[in-house]
Amino acid sequence: MTDLTALTLAAALDGLEKKAFSSAELTEAFLGAIAQANPALNAYVTVTADHARAQAKASDAKRAAGKAGPLEGAPLGIKDLFCTEGVRTTACSNILGEFTPTYESTVTANLFRDGALMLGKLNLDEFAMGSSNETSRFGPVVSPWRRGNDDAKLTPGGSSGGSAAAVSADLCLGATATDTGGSIRQPAAFTGTVGIKPTYGRCSRWGIVAFASSLDQAGPIAKTVEDSAMLLQSMAGHDPKDSTSLPAALPDFRAACGKSVKGMTIGVPDEYRVDAMPAEIQALWDQGVAWLKDAGANIKRVSLKHTKYALPTYYIVAPAEASSNLARYDGMRYGARVSGKDLTQTYEQTRASGFGAEVQRRILIGTYVLSAGYYDAYYLRAQKVRARIAEDFRLAFEEVDAILTPATPSAAFALGEKSGDPVEMYLNDIFTVTANLAGLPGLALPAALDAQGLPLGLQVIGRALDEESVFAVSSAIEKAAAFKARPGKWWV
Amino acid sequence: MSIDEKTVRKVARLARLALPEERVAPMAQEMSAILAWIEQLNEVDVEGVEPMTSAVEGPALPMRADLVTEGDDPARVLKNAPKSEDGFFVVPKVVE
Repeated sequence: MTDLTALTLAAALDGLEKKAFSSAELTEAFLGAIAQANPALNAYVTVTADHARAQAKASDAKRAAGKAGPLEGAPLGIKDLFCTEGVRTTACSNILGEFTPTYESTVTANLFRDGALMLGKLNLDEFAMGSSNETSRFGPVVSPWRRGNDDAKLTPGGSSGGSAAAVSADLCLGATATDTGGSIRQPAAFTGTVGIKPTYGRCSRWGIVAFASSLDQAGPIAKTVEDSAMLLQSMAGHDPKDSTSLPAALPDFRAACGKSVKGMTIGVPDEYRVDAMPAEIQALWDQGVAWLKDAGANIKRVSLKHTKYALPTYYIVAPAEASSNLARYDGMRYGARVSGKDLTQTYEQTRASGFGAEVQRRILIGTYVLSAGYYDAYYLRAQKVRARIAEDFRLAFEEVDAILTPATPSAAFALGEKSGDPVEMYLNDIFTVTANLAGLPGLALPAALDAQGLPLGLQVIGRALDEESVFAVSSAIEKAAAFKARPGKWWV
Repeated sequence: MSIDEKTVRKVARLARLALPEERVAPMAQEMSAILAWIEQLNEVDVEGVEPMTSAVEGPALPMRADLVTEGDDPARVLKNAPKSEDGFFVVPKVVE
């Protein structure tokens, strides 16, 4: 039999439908692969083997009864930022201790409603704050990718490093992820996988541990553009429990994949030609433009003139919202409490021992920029610059249907290589953070390998609620790029 | 703007984070470096620009009907409590 774990989601669902294999067999194949790979990769922080087997059995019965859902029997990985009923959820922070939700996040509930099952919970940067998965309480994820034969451990990116590594290493058919400044798209680009952050409001945030509420969005990481469309279809949808969830009709995302881009106009923003951009990234971008031209699209230069201010804006807005969101971790109602001599000291010690260094740094920055006397100079100004950034996109989208950019300014770096300087680490999100600030959909997909054999990604950004154009353009690139490279399974 | 150690202690207090004394000076440096990088926002002309408070455009956020939809399940609410007793959270003494 072929290696079931290597199948795409679409192919696996097809095989299940044709009775080539059962969900139970598929699930066993993944559990075997996880047992073999996880000691080396650290992608899963919790493996829910019994739970997955029970779900698979029930799913096979459902299919046999002719009641198969759109994702019936598909084993997925769930980022440990999504609350899962009865299964420990930690946000990879010590402060959540052994927190075990008594409810299910809307996004995971939607996936399970459609027949998907959960193999386990995936590693991430603590509270999704990071670009390398090095701030997790469970330690970093190791990328399945290596530079040629060099055995240096590389980052899979972050914060959804576990999700990206698991999909890339065939440890699930697809995974949930979240993206506040690039946490779906940067890890996807680093691991040769596809990740889409949909329009802000497409997916309910209910039951997802909050980082920065005006920026956080859930989305999938998958093996192909089509797989990502199928997963998003189930994850998305209006939810009365999240007041920012959009009451908009869901188009057929899968049908948008493969639609012709003939006659579409694709924008190429001047300002994304950043200083010191590696020649390989520039060449990849030029290649992407050429592919879309060949597919019949028109190419137009556009200006997004406030691009260089996006990251500094983000590093006010995100920590400010995080400092407010994370105020709830006081050790009183859940998580680990460290008792002090009085209430204030109990709070201070609980939080000091529960939060890691990067999270503490962001809480302090956020508290500072929101504090009396500084609010106008920092937070209010950042919100105004954010309006400028959104306006740049509004103007550009009067002339173009989608925008093409590189996904990241470099290929994956080694673990430990950038952990010394926070600002250097923040620069990873330079191409992705603008879509969060403006609330727009953005998809990263693999397009080539660099000279060292590591994946490089392109990003397609669309108008608000126009994921269909994003999927159409992305599948045109996917077809032209014919990216088939996979990491060697050195952990076997 | 450079952040001094006094400000770091004050902000840590506001954030209810116990910061060991030996972390104060390095934290002041780290925060100053990040804020120095953020200073470039002062170059942007934001005259007359309305601050963007939400990524969602259009009408104001909807209000839901003021009805109880869930509840009356204290055991479920207390499930993850570090300390609980008789259907209540147990917390340190708040009023001396």
